[in-house]
Amino acid sequence: MSEFTLVNATMADGSVTNVGVAAGVIKFIGNEVMGESIDAKGLVALPGFIDLHTHLREPGFEQSETVLSGSRAAALGGFTAVHAMANTMPVADTAGVVEQIKSLGDEAGLVQVQPIGAVTVGLGGERLAELGAMANSRAKVTIFSDDGKCVSDPLLMRRALAYVKSFDGVIAQHAQEPRLTENSQMHEGNVSAELGLAGWPAVAEESIIARDVLLAEATGSRLHICHLSTAGSVEIIRWAKRRGIKVTAEVTPHHLLLTDELARTYNPVYKVNPPLRTDADVKALREALVDGTIDIVATDHAPHPVEAKECEWAAAAFGMLGLETAASIAQLVLIDSGESNWQRFSEVMSLNPAAISKLADQGQLLAVGNVANITLINPAATRVISGGGASKSSNQPFEGIELPGTVIHTIYRGAFSVRDSKLAK
Amino acid sequence: MKHLVSVADLTREAAIAILDTSLEMSEVNDRDIKKLPTLRGKTVVNLFFEDSTRTRISFEVAAKRLSADVINFAAKGSSVSKGESLKDTAQTLEAIGADAVVIRHHASGAAHMLANSGWVKGSVINAGDGTHEHPTQALLDAFTLRSAIHTDARGKGLDGVSVAIVGDIAHSRVARSNLVLLKQLGAKVYLVGPPTLLPNALVKRADGFSYSLDEAISTFKLDAVMMLRVQLERMTAGFFPSEREYARIWGLNADRLALLGSETFVMHPGPMNRGLEIDAAAADSKNSLVLKQVANGVSVRMAVLYHLLSGGENE
Ligand SMILES: [Zn+2]
Repeated sequence: MSEFTLVNATMADGSVTNVGVAAGVIKFIGNEVMGESIDAKGLVALPGFIDLHTHLREPGFEQSETVLSGSRAAALGGFTAVHAMANTMPVADTAGVVEQIKSLGDEAGLVQVQPIGAVTVGLGGERLAELGAMANSRAKVTIFSDDGKCVSDPLLMRRALAYVKSFDGVIAQHAQEPRLTENSQMHEGNVSAELGLAGWPAVAEESIIARDVLLAEATGSRLHICHLSTAGSVEIIRWAKRRGIKVTAEVTPHHLLLTDELARTYNPVYKVNPPLRTDADVKALREALVDGTIDIVATDHAPHPVEAKECEWAAAAFGMLGLETAASIAQLVLIDSGESNWQRFSEVMSLNPAAISKLADQGQLLAVGNVANITLINPAATRVISGGGASKSSNQPFEGIELPGTVIHTIYRGAFSVRDSKLAK
Repeated sequence: MKHLVSVADLTREAAIAILDTSLEMSEVNDRDIKKLPTLRGKTVVNLFFEDSTRTRISFEVAAKRLSADVINFAAKGSSVSKGESLKDTAQTLEAIGADAVVIRHHASGAAHMLANSGWVKGSVINAGDGTHEHPTQALLDAFTLRSAIHTDARGKGLDGVSVAIVGDIAHSRVARSNLVLLKQLGAKVYLVGPPTLLPNALVKRADGFSYSLDEAISTFKLDAVMMLRVQLERMTAGFFPSEREYARIWGLNADRLALLGSETFVMHPGPMNRGLEIDAAAADSKNSLVLKQVANGVSVRMAVLYHLLSGGENE
């Protein structure tokens, strides 16, 4: 393993120093230099980013993404760990499948690929999957989710929350009341009424969150809410946290930036679940990310092949890419807005997701002795987004938008996965 | 003007120009030889992903009376994701050399997508897309109402005319197109229906609304009522409890016809559910414009084809 020193890096607290890495760990933070010198002047050194919500599509949908192509996109986006959602084919609902996904991640070797297990067999919402077997497997699953589908049966949700307590697991809920969203296409509001597209009402998300925080309180279990998208959801989470309920919440980069007005193009690249909401929702989500009501940014990176998006809106698939643009949007919302700082950025992009997932050696502050998972970004750079990047798919919704910040280096376990904004292997 | 996807694309002047051309076309349709050479050598494709014999025939007759070649293309469509994709179908039509594609689709936005995709070079005419818009229906409704109100309609709009659209506003492309077009022409538009079928966003753009047809009749001095077809699937989806209750509260029956008085016109885009949203007494009354709407459909569609396909550069 190589020895190198990041020279004159800016730390999250604003101090400028050298960071020495050898044998996969941080050897020193200070003035000395060891091994190869890498000029890090003007770059912010942060704990490697962790995505709690990534659709890697393998096994089963390899035409959209593979663990390898998704790992590449993740590394380029500054991530050192991603959590692979369970809605693959076969579904990640057994120890065998989650171990297979972990092995594919280890083989790719660019980021830590941590599988998420399904809550119910085949995401069917009827019977609990073997959660214990997945937790005790080589993949050491701690997060369980039927994402893409809501665990809508209240009894099953209650049982799942209670059951994972034995290994301190967490249920990550895709909050969507299915009856209130039958055939829904976009946010229910002025724009949907004008466009004649069936609405996805805010209450369909908020009612499930309200129910589930109460179930989490009753069971004393950990609950995580995926992709919060409405101002009302923020209010419920704020109330639940004040009450001491063990709930955490995520927001996606696209819900922090885009609104339902984009549906006026009828371009299905803007079709996503939960849908893009209104300006007022975006504002509430940004405030909640700053004030701590929302714990993390998670991408919900959802690759789809061209055919699934090059069609009429109603026939198109839900979802958009996010791995290579997430950090820029987090910077926009936290730093460039003047509302927060790099320490908060580190929390929402790294420390908090690691804590929710209980990942070892990830999401740690840059300190001597810690495993060297480090991302260096140039916050002063800007770029105009174009194309799908390293993903096998190209359904990103930011085409032509200028975003701040560029990932320059990603260091995963002491080795460069990305160097000078290019994949190291 | 290249395409007609939404009535929002029409300025007041453009809309009146189409209505005036429709008037000329209706004179042609009254002649013994109902044919003009205007679109000789042009190809019009009727691309129907959704069955609608009435609309297809209306477009077909309109194109033929302008001497265009007409191809009818009934596509299965990708109701979920299977079946023929819009793109593949469009590219096939492009290979055939369509000058205009008249598209009817069950998905909102399908016409918009076809017009903006670059898949076809010809004009795109929206013949109804999901629950979004049906621009030629709104134009023929406006034309019919204008002709009924003005003895010499040429050059005129619908200024000061008040119209109630009654029924399932939420799922009606006819209501969406009429709301915008009638207002563009100067009319006052009121929306009437059960609260479950009256979206706020559309109500905000109207001049008024009511949950009761009786209240609407007594409150708004109506020059016309436009009754919308009720889909029975709305009942099973819980938007209203029963056909009987719907007819009792929102149906246009003989009593309500009497309350409206002899000056108010009755309209319906067809096909009618007699006894549900409209009674025979209203449908067949002397104030009913329903048959005129059907007849005017051809003239208005001739006018639209004419405006899009001949001398478009000067528009
Ligand atoms: Zn989800």
